Amino acid sequence: MSSPLLAVSGLTKRYRRGGKTIAAVDDVSFDIEPGETLALAGPSGSGKSTIARLLLRLIEPDAGRVEFEGGDFLSLNGAALRAQRARLQMVFQDPLAAFNPRASVARVLDDPLRIHGIASRKERPRRIAALLERVGLSADLAGRAIHEISGGQRQRVAIARAIATKPSLIVLDEAVSALDVSVRRQILQLLLDLQREERIAYLFISHDLGVISAIAHRVVILDAGRTAESGDARAVIDAPQSAIGKALVAAAPKLNRTSKDSDAADRQ
Amino acid sequence: MNPLRRFFRTPEAVAGAIILAALCAMALAAPLFFPGDPQAIAGPALLPPFQDWSLPLGTDRLGRDVLAELFHGARTSLAVGLAAAATALAVGAIVGTVAGFAGGGVDEVLMRITDAFQTVPSFLLALAFVSVVGPSLGVVVAAIALGAWTGPARVARAEVLSIRERDFVAGARVIGMHPLEIAFREVLPNALPPVLALSSVIVAAAILTEAALSFLGLGDPNRVTWGGMIAEGRAVLRTAPFLSIIPGVALVLTVLGVYLAGEGVVETTAVRRSLS
Repeated sequence: MSSPLLAVSGLTKRYRRGGKTIAAVDDVSFDIEPGETLALAGPSGSGKSTIARLLLRLIEPDAGRVEFEGGDFLSLNGAALRAQRARLQMVFQDPLAAFNPRASVARVLDDPLRIHGIASRKERPRRIAALLERVGLSADLAGRAIHEISGGQRQRVAIARAIATKPSLIVLDEAVSALDVSVRRQILQLLLDLQREERIAYLFISHDLGVISAIAHRVVILDAGRTAESGDARAVIDAPQSAIGKALVAAAPKLNRTSKDSDAADRQ
Repeated sequence: MNPLRRFFRTPEAVAGAIILAALCAMALAAPLFFPGDPQAIAGPALLPPFQDWSLPLGTDRLGRDVLAELFHGARTSLAVGLAAAATALAVGAIVGTVAGFAGGGVDEVLMRITDAFQTVPSFLLALAFVSVVGPSLGVVVAAIALGAWTGPARVARAEVLSIRERDFVAGARVIGMHPLEIAFREVLPNALPPVLALSSVIVAAAILTEAALSFLGLGDPNRVTWGGMIAEGRAVLRTAPFLSIIPGVALVLTVLGVYLAGEGVVETTAVRRSLS
């Protein structure tokens, strides 16, 4: 049996607030197989984003293990951690906040190529153009400032940056939530295409079950930092067992339930 | 609107810019109009202004050309003022960025050092430094910067504390950027605008401190300075007040010009920031 790409077990993060200790993430475990999409769903405050930040070592957990590509990801430090970061990337919710406001598109894409020694200085402009075209953008965009391009273009640049280092896993933290519906569909399609062609696994964090049913193979539903239920995405969404799962399904707009089928068809 | 045009629509800023431009022209043209040593004797001693058109502003106690001294003094004042302010801003920005970005023990140590420098009056600090090391242009610049870097350091730290929590810093960590590069390439440039807003005040204060040091005889003895000219004229204040008044007026105009132009720049960039 092959080992999973990412194995999270007993992940826990506590915060002290006014003398009380609150567990933002409480003993959460899940696996992600190579090339698979696992969705983390749950209402706001359920610990979804905290899990993302824990996995990317932006904050440190109080307990738990994270095995990534067969190694203990939590024990990595310094240069070893920075090197391994090439394999585990992230796309943020707000594409404007996720980039240095002074940066140009070219610089945003140049950084990962330079830091990880992927391409020489002379070769990089060509690689940047290729990355932009890979995510469906014109290579001419390279010279533009981040604040000059549209939100959908920015999120495509964010995806281009994430795939620049050829990662095996990308954490997408509400990556399509800030986009309008038509742009959202295009970005989801782009993610599905990239996954099919490059075998990238996604940890897809969202509160939107319609989007999750369109992209995810499996889903973990969180409630107040704990796993409420998990399983095949379609099965969980069609027949949620937990109270929070039922509440999320009931809260999803009907429009998403009907468009879900065509979105799912796109995936085939 | 174009920030340059907005700048030139503010009358104070224009006045400041004109004064500064005139000063810079003076400083740059000094060796052209007055080649040779401005401290050389050029005519009879204590010639009042507007008597002899070859010496329009008269001469001092030793018969040196006041106008030549004024031109060459502009060089010293501007050079020392700008160099000291640039040093103070650079040191302050770096200390503040390191403190704010590293946090913890590093932050504690750096901020206590900042406190220590801030509690000592900056002029006293400059005075002590120059008396110990000896007066020269570089030492005077360092002495003035020594008392001026704490303000920029505090502003930079406060700004860095808020910037380091933003997503783009997390994004830089995610792509594996080295912490030093994150601090100085991602965070520091974004923390600079409020730090640079201090520059007009710091340049103005540095020019005044330099004048005060020279007045006390702690300036570079090989250079003409306005502070030194005032000190020189002090001995004959009753009989030849113009010797103190002329460099005094030059100082006032310089400080005013720097301040007005600096405020104009801050104002226009502040508007642009709030718009974006």
